[in-house]
Amino acid sequence: MTTANLSQAFMILLRRDLTLAYRRRSEMINPLLFFVLVTALFPLGIGADPTLLREVGPGIIWVAALLAALLSLDTIFRSDFDDGSLEQLLLSPHPLSILMIAKVFAHWLITGLPLLVVAPLLGVLLDLPGAAIRTLLITLALGTPVLSLIGTIGVALTVGLRKGGMILSLLVLPLYIPVLIFAANAVATSGAGLPVEAHLSLLTALLVLAVSLSPAATAAALRISLS
Amino acid sequence: MSEFFHMGGYAFYVWLSYGITLVVLLGNLLSPMLLKKRLLRELARREQRARRSQT
Amino acid sequence: MLKFFHRMASPKYFYQFTGKLIPWLGIACLGFMLAGLYDGLLVAPTDYQQGDSYRIMFVHVPAAWMSLFIYMVMATAGAIGLIWHIKLAEVMAISSAHVGASFTFLALVTGSIWGKPMWGAWWVWDARLTSELILLFLYLGVIALYNAVEDKRTAARATSILALVGVVNIPIIHYSVEWWNTLHQGPTVTKFDAPSIDLKMLIPLLLMAVAFKLFYAVVVLMRARCEILQRERNSGWVKELVRASS
Repeated sequence: MTTANLSQAFMILLRRDLTLAYRRRSEMINPLLFFVLVTALFPLGIGADPTLLREVGPGIIWVAALLAALLSLDTIFRSDFDDGSLEQLLLSPHPLSILMIAKVFAHWLITGLPLLVVAPLLGVLLDLPGAAIRTLLITLALGTPVLSLIGTIGVALTVGLRKGGMILSLLVLPLYIPVLIFAANAVATSGAGLPVEAHLSLLTALLVLAVSLSPAATAAALRISLS
Repeated sequence: MSEFFHMGGYAFYVWLSYGITLVVLLGNLLSPMLLKKRLLRELARREQRARRSQT
Repeated sequence: MLKFFHRMASPKYFYQFTGKLIPWLGIACLGFMLAGLYDGLLVAPTDYQQGDSYRIMFVHVPAAWMSLFIYMVMATAGAIGLIWHIKLAEVMAISSAHVGASFTFLALVTGSIWGKPMWGAWWVWDARLTSELILLFLYLGVIALYNAVEDKRTAARATSILALVGVVNIPIIHYSVEWWNTLHQGPTVTKFDAPSIDLKMLIPLLLMAVAFKLFYAVVVLMRARCEILQRERNSGWVKELVRASS
């Protein structure tokens, strides 16, 4: 048996996760539906006045995206934990934190990227101007990977627990606040016709920070949870 | 003296704050005390059970 | 000194030593607190802007300081426990969580009570109160995770990781909330800034801060002792202790 080198292992893991997700593609739809549904609830709750919706729209869409990301987090390790392949992964000779990046990246492609596809639709529903919708897409592209990266730490900490779901939201949501603040504000600012470079560079900084720090934390958390 | 308790008209807010502080601090002191008592009792019971099962 | 630390790493010695230490810390804490209360409630002059309501500061500000300080202690102890596998550090980390959450809760509640006469509302989305609220959620997350994991050894290590993740995030959260606040409210002057602090007001504030620190030391050691009893329940010295106490 030959052992794969690190980049091969990375690609193998990525392809495996994507294949598995493709086989269960109906599951991919659920967080998306949730995203759309939660957003659609708000006009029903607060009234359909277009100026009001335009004002609160960025916040609503981002809160809904946050919840959708949270809801889909659980699947990242669930099946691997159930069939024991997660423990195999821990025994791999490659640095676990790099492999974690592969897992998170696959997970983001499956659950984060689709949010970007439906987001413009939601922007139209809430009567956001075109510039705001464009910023919404950029912030989602920058922000949802951060959500996946941070969230995975929480999943790694709760993976063995029977009632992990509720605790997971308690652990993860407070850590999502900076993303929510910068991203929702960027959308609102661009809706008002103002420049958003500062917001976007802050979000990029968050992304860089999350990519560089969170895989190590996830790896350490997994080793503890499965010990 | 009554002027002291009156707190320049802010008596309610000031004493409420200090009261809640007192309650929270006391709670923090009491909970480990009770926990220790319970633990010792529990461990003693375990010890007895172990001794009984030996004989 | 090194020898002292080495001996403190032994749970039995730690238990005995802290048993002797706690009463002294308690007396010192009580002394500082009484002095601080006397100074703060009777000696310190009435503020010309806020009247006597500012006296809430003497519990609010030390509690807010402690809430952050304890989180730092918890994360540091957790890191030491994770890196060098020192069980005592793990115990200290998890024993800090409840006290820290209590102080955060206190800072929130007293801040909100202080806000009522100052702002006319029980709750205002002020940057500091909001940060404090998020800090409370972080503490509650740590406590919930610890309670949820069955094996307490694993639980302590998992919560140490969570505390470390939190500590990296706290400055980011704080900065973002501050930024959000200035955007949404305009530069309102935070009323919690110590009102042009007079030396007569500073002294009780510092006395109360020392008293709260000592209080934390007392409670964290008491909790750590309980935790050690539980973890070492099968060792000889705990059995002896149980026999002596019953």
